Amino acid sequence: MEEANSFSLEVASHPDNVGLVRLAVSALAAGAPFGVPDLEEIRVAVSEAVTNAVVHGYGGCRTGRVRIEATLFPDRLSLVVSDQGRGMEDVALARQAAAGDGERLGLGLLFMETFMDHVAIDSHPGRGTRVVMEKRVPVAAMAADGD
Amino acid sequence: MAISYRVEPHLLIVGLEQDLDLASAPDVRAALDALLDRYPDRDVRLDVGEVRFLDSTGLGVLLGRYRRLAASGRSMHLVGVRPAVAAVLTVAGVRQVMTWEGAGADEGHEKGVVADGGSQLV
Ligand SMILES: Nc1ncnc2c1ncn2[C@@H]1O[C@H](COP(=O)(O)OP(=O)(O)OP(=O)(O)O)[C@@H](O)[C@H]1O
Ligand SMILES: [Mg+2]
Repeated sequence: MEEANSFSLEVASHPDNVGLVRLAVSALAAGAPFGVPDLEEIRVAVSEAVTNAVVHGYGGCRTGRVRIEATLFPDRLSLVVSDQGRGMEDVALARQAAAGDGERLGLGLLFMETFMDHVAIDSHPGRGTRVVMEKRVPVAAMAADGD
Repeated sequence: MAISYRVEPHLLIVGLEQDLDLASAPDVRAALDALLDRYPDRDVRLDVGEVRFLDSTGLGVLLGRYRRLAASGRSMHLVGVRPAVAAVLTVAGVRQVMTWEGAGADEGHEKGVVADGGSQLV
């Protein structure tokens, strides 16, 4: 596998689409020698990012647009989840103030950071949020795959 | 939505069978609350053996029920936890507040996990 495979997808900010995006990303990631636990971690991370776009970005309004760009490089999966919703003034502050909103635990960002190798969040109040995440393909698995 | 339950003298056993995420959260929350109300005074065993996916939203629903029960001196115990679900529970530090065990012998090691790195939930 030398060339990247990719898709981009734009979905309505509807709760049902969280599972749809999970499925699409899983299918793409299955093209690399990720282990089963890796794939499960990727599913959680993407679920968190899309859920945040729906719940926080658009405040539960289902007509917003959430965009997902997924690229499978030979050595890594790259995911970009963006919304044009409410945005955040200060990402570090948002995560500290997170818990306390109903049954939300303030764990989504922690899960993304724990389960992915790289997470970067770019957000502007009133303009939206862009979450970039990467997961590296295990080196041993890559070598075996190339044989 | 698929939810099954069995009532024993001191125990309410509930089985969940769907992904626990934003899409399923409202229905699962309502169904669990209805059962908790209908069978008060019972501890709860939640069988998640058929739950293949859990994220922070789904965990919020489970811990929300745990808190409801704990407030009236009842307990909640998770059984049949699959590795994908165990990974989420472990990172969240759930072990500090709620007991759970793996799906089979393979997952036995999960029982010993001490979630030192997890965050405090309650
Ligand atoms: N796309 C987004 N748009 C606007 N605000 C966001 C977005 N993503 C995250 N946030 C803010 O960052 C906070 C932390 O997000 P995080 O996912 O860690 O926790 P949570 O969503 O509050 O709870 P949980 O994910 O456990 O259900 C959110 O409460 C919200 O204020
Ligand atoms: Mg979240």
